[in-house]
Amino acid sequence: MKNYKHNINSEIAFIHLISKKKQTMVAALGVTVGIAIFIFMNSLMYGFEVYSVESLFKSTPHLRIYKEEHISQPLIKTSKTDLALLTNPKITKESKKLINPNLIIEALKKQPEVIGVTPNVSVNVFYNNGEAQVTGRTSGVNIEEQNTMFQLEQYIVEGKYSDLKANQNGIILGVGIAEKLNVRLADNISVTTAYGVSKVMKVVALLKTGVTNTDKTLSYTNISAAQQLNKQGASFITDIYVNINDYETAKKLIPKFKQLSGYEVEDWETANTSAAAANKIRKMMAMAISFSIMLVAAFGIYNILNMTIMEKLNDIAILKAIGFSGKDVIRIFVKEAIVIGLIGIAFGLVLAILLVKVMGNMWVGGDIGFFPIRFFPKFFGLGIGFGLIVTTLAGYIPARKAAKLDPITIFRK
Amino acid sequence: MIQSELLLQAKEVSKYFYEPEKFKVLNNISFDIHKGEFVTMVGKSGSGKSTLLYLLSTMDTDYEGNIILDGENLTLKTKEQLAAIRNEKIGFVFQFHYLLPEFSSLKNVMIPALKLGKYAKEEIESRAYSILEKLDLKDQALKPASKLSGGQQQRVAIARALINDPKIIMGDEPTGNLDSKNAAIVFDLFKHLTTEFNQTVLAVTHDNDFAKASDRIIEMADGIIL
Repeated sequence: MKNYKHNINSEIAFIHLISKKKQTMVAALGVTVGIAIFIFMNSLMYGFEVYSVESLFKSTPHLRIYKEEHISQPLIKTSKTDLALLTNPKITKESKKLINPNLIIEALKKQPEVIGVTPNVSVNVFYNNGEAQVTGRTSGVNIEEQNTMFQLEQYIVEGKYSDLKANQNGIILGVGIAEKLNVRLADNISVTTAYGVSKVMKVVALLKTGVTNTDKTLSYTNISAAQQLNKQGASFITDIYVNINDYETAKKLIPKFKQLSGYEVEDWETANTSAAAANKIRKMMAMAISFSIMLVAAFGIYNILNMTIMEKLNDIAILKAIGFSGKDVIRIFVKEAIVIGLIGIAFGLVLAILLVKVMGNMWVGGDIGFFPIRFFPKFFGLGIGFGLIVTTLAGYIPARKAAKLDPITIFRK
Repeated sequence: MIQSELLLQAKEVSKYFYEPEKFKVLNNISFDIHKGEFVTMVGKSGSGKSTLLYLLSTMDTDYEGNIILDGENLTLKTKEQLAAIRNEKIGFVFQFHYLLPEFSSLKNVMIPALKLGKYAKEEIESRAYSILEKLDLKDQALKPASKLSGGQQQRVAIARALINDPKIIMGDEPTGNLDSKNAAIVFDLFKHLTTEFNQTVLAVTHDNDFAKASDRIIEMADGIIL
């Protein structure tokens, strides 16, 4: 008998929406604000987190392979019955050296999660210019590889990082050191080490990472220069720096890389315990705030849709009296909620983009520059998903409540 | 009276109100309504007549006993099935013209038929127009329901009750909220429906003239039929 399927539920939903345009827009606006703030706050928190992690990775690799310094062991083992043997244990100098580093580097490069590997010769030095002396650490690096791994280029404020290749005795100085020594580009400084080596080096570029402590101590030289400063030969490598595709997984890869290299492996979190802890706190705070925003936004959206439906209670009773079932009522109001949700989400996305743009153009100065907020597609995706789920539920729950009532129960009120 | 087909049967129907305290508002009520009858229910306020009408119209499902409409026991149906029965077999007219205010008069009349889906949309529209024309409302067809006068709204509500050719039309004081002129129009309409189209009508009323003109009067007091 029922030959025709008229889409009467959709039609009723549509008429409800357009006959009360103002109310529809207010409800949609509730969704808009909720979604926009949700996306904006998450972008804010996450942007700052990314910024702080990135500033950490300006000079720290995700993983570092090195040889643990050993205390020299006496050749003769003492036992309880023998006479006491006096020894003078020291850190062995040879112990810092990685044996056959190229083989390790090749093996590491073959790992799927590895995106960058570079050898490093680290040495503690004094930078001297006349009377002025500054202590610090120089890193002997392959400057091209170093640049791809740490985006060195971004932090060079004067000169060109690639000039290091052309000058075997070149040095890239942190701006803090240059300031203290009162040197400029193309000036010569003398670099001395505890091994008694003194080298005159030419400043080819100045580096400013924004991390004051790094800028006041760190310099980059060629590997060969650093080897000389260490009084070592061409095969001397102290560390291998490894970057992986997801720095969050660094800790999990330690055992694998340990086995692969046969040396100690340290992840960035262990190397920067306090920074990593601060990062963790920030992350937890971000999650707590994001969750609270979600809760508040969800409640706001639910409230406004609930109100819209409660105002239509009389209509619901009429519809039921003329033969619409509870399911029909639910369908009508869920449809309305979804349309309100979609309108709200669309505006919410636009508002979020605007907010992120405006915030991102704010100059904070200092080491930070512009406010570290960025577009993260995942939050826009989350915002859409969250908005749809909340609006659907916010339509469904009160509609189901109303749908269960006998029409007379509603009329009697 | 000619023995005709049984349409609506109440079998020992009882109902309680629970607030403010438990109170038996309907006490073992049984009666039959035959096809084509124009029946009115009268009684003092609180006698349970409207309550009984709501039970019969399936809009209230909280009762004891059985109600049988057109051979189907309504007591055994789910709420979804009852909604379908209301849609197809029962036309209900309230005391206050319960129309959907955002829709035109025409749409209000069409909605139950669109829900039923027995005819194509164009056919439903022309049927709705012809009913509105009979009720002298053709000019008002495209106006929003909320812009009509009380009497007009009540006639639109009657047109809506008629659109699906229901087995029975039920009215809860359909003239109670109208002035005498409009009440007379509505009354004549019901009378016309029963005599001309063999339509069954069951109406609750306070209006004695209305009741006297019907085929049968069911008088109620304190939850029982006198």
